[in-house]
Amino acid sequence: MTDTPLLKVSDLIVEFPTRNGILRPVDRVSFEVRAGEILGLVGESGAGKSMCGSAIIGLIDRPGRISGGEIRLDGERIDNLPEERLRRIRGKKIAMVFQDPLTSLNPLMTVGQQLIQTIRTHLPLSQAEARARAIALLEEVGIPAASTRIDAYPHQFSGGMRQRVVISLALAAEPELIIADEPTTALDVSVQAQIMALLKRLCRERGTAVILITHDMGVIAESTDRVAVLYAGRIAEIGPTRDVLSAPSHPYTVGLMASTPSATGTMHTLSQIPGAMPNLRAIPKGCAFNPRCEKGFAPCFKDIPVLEPVNESEVACWLYDPAYEAKAKEASGASE
Amino acid sequence: MTGETPLISARKLGAVFDVSKPWLNRLLAAEEKKFLTAVDTVDFEIPKGKTFALVGESGSGKSTIGRMIVGLQKPTTGEVLIDGEDLFSIKDQKHLLSVRRRIQMIFQSPYASLNPRWRVKHIIGEPIRAFELMPASEIGKRVEELLDQVGLAKSDGEKFPHEFSGGQRQRIAIARALASNPEFIVCDEPTSALDVSVQSQVLNLMKTLQRELGLTYLFISHDLSVIRYMADQIGVLYLGRLVEVADRDTLFDNPHHPYTRMLMDAAPHIDAFGRTAEIVSGEIPDPINKPSGCSFHPRCALAEDRCQQERPAVRELGAEKAHVACHLSV
Repeated sequence: MTDTPLLKVSDLIVEFPTRNGILRPVDRVSFEVRAGEILGLVGESGAGKSMCGSAIIGLIDRPGRISGGEIRLDGERIDNLPEERLRRIRGKKIAMVFQDPLTSLNPLMTVGQQLIQTIRTHLPLSQAEARARAIALLEEVGIPAASTRIDAYPHQFSGGMRQRVVISLALAAEPELIIADEPTTALDVSVQAQIMALLKRLCRERGTAVILITHDMGVIAESTDRVAVLYAGRIAEIGPTRDVLSAPSHPYTVGLMASTPSATGTMHTLSQIPGAMPNLRAIPKGCAFNPRCEKGFAPCFKDIPVLEPVNESEVACWLYDPAYEAKAKEASGASE
Repeated sequence: MTGETPLISARKLGAVFDVSKPWLNRLLAAEEKKFLTAVDTVDFEIPKGKTFALVGESGSGKSTIGRMIVGLQKPTTGEVLIDGEDLFSIKDQKHLLSVRRRIQMIFQSPYASLNPRWRVKHIIGEPIRAFELMPASEIGKRVEELLDQVGLAKSDGEKFPHEFSGGQRQRIAIARALASNPEFIVCDEPTSALDVSVQSQVLNLMKTLQRELGLTYLFISHDLSVIRYMADQIGVLYLGRLVEVADRDTLFDNPHHPYTRMLMDAAPHIDAFGRTAEIVSGEIPDPINKPSGCSFHPRCALAEDRCQQERPAVRELGAEKAHVACHLSV
């Protein structure tokens, strides 16, 4: 791994203007991904995890837009590129794997046609060379009899095989970064295990970085090096996966881990976080988690916490902010 | 299985669907009729007050079994007995209603299962009206009680479903299921559309209600960790057949069937950092052309010749009497 990160997202803000005001599904999100690293973005629905992925690859639907911060790939800003240049990066340098393999493949084209088209868009290869490469890719992602299956249509593949085809499409132009948005959510567990093993192997062999977007803590634990926990558009906690999951610091991460049932280990009553993720139209003042947090105190209801280092991780919670504690003490001392 | 008389017993339950093309197409292509066996001689019993869970991957027949048990679908073979009575052989309409009242269902999607044009109080009161359980003047009070029971405010009855989050909608679905004072509820993936923090709220609510009202559940899920939290006894389905039935702890501590073991290994664990699950080759086969013998043999690492030819019978294994359909498990 090199010192300069492959992808650097700083203070990213995504906004959607609506009739009832501006919504911010992503609010000042910063993280880095290094080559060969798998970063997990985890959160419940509405946390903004998919929107982060779409912002990086420049696929935010209008009227939504990136209204603040920057995204750098290999040191070059990519968030403000014109569509024409962005299209060359998309697929070539950054590829995306979506949740539903059936909707991300064209049902009217054979798998081979789609692969060859993608390969020839990005690489200067002849039709025959591209076809040979397509077969090699299909073999690499574990499709049996690739040289005959290449002429099959997407509906002739099973769900797991289809997702393999989508991954081979993502790999077609040798991207440096793959954004995988819930790649296994639509699949059965046994197939999920196959696909995750495949992604991990490819990432290791090729040094490709992966941003894995999921709501499944188990997938995060087994597959990612580092994880960012998102809540209402902000990062609540980010750090090495093992630290964040086994010794969470943010009350939301603590609650999330305690409410996740486990198929192994000791049985305990599931704790529950009261309430639900706030609607983007009504994000609470201060820390967005405050209405659901047991540990809330004065500053939580006033100011938005920023990420501060706690052990190996960074946590956005006033409980871990020494300065605020001192200030709070000072303020209470002065009033007495 | 247990000494108590079961509330629900499924006996040699089977469901076969005709998936043939229309007659003329078949004639022109000289094709034979095609049948899909979704459920194949499934036997289990659920004692009163307990939770029996069905776990399996897509196409394993778990939802079809759920639908047959509540009477939404007639079994092709076998029968479902509720307190010893078969729903489909009851002729007397009045008696049929009185049996049906005792069974309710909670569906997977709280978005699709609530009528968007009805107020919540109307949705929850519907079973009471349908079964004519009480005079119309008293329904309002009962609905308020039910709302309270599932942790919603009385005033929520005036709202429409779209005003609620997924977890709250599932609470409404639970309140509706409770409205007819059922003894038995089939829960078909009740939390798979919900986020984890909300899922735990709903699971805990269901457990509390079971304790307070003495409910019996058939809990259908693909998620082993949820099953482990909820179930007393678990049946593992593969391609329409129960491959293993055992008490929860027995199943999780000592799984017998290779498929059960595979499922447990393949499920991601929140405490297994950096683990790569042992990979099982292949996917669930086409249920129209099931593999011969044991349906799992093409994916099973232990499979022998016998597994290809002979369909394994259910055997009792171990001190805990797990029921396992496998030639090789000991």
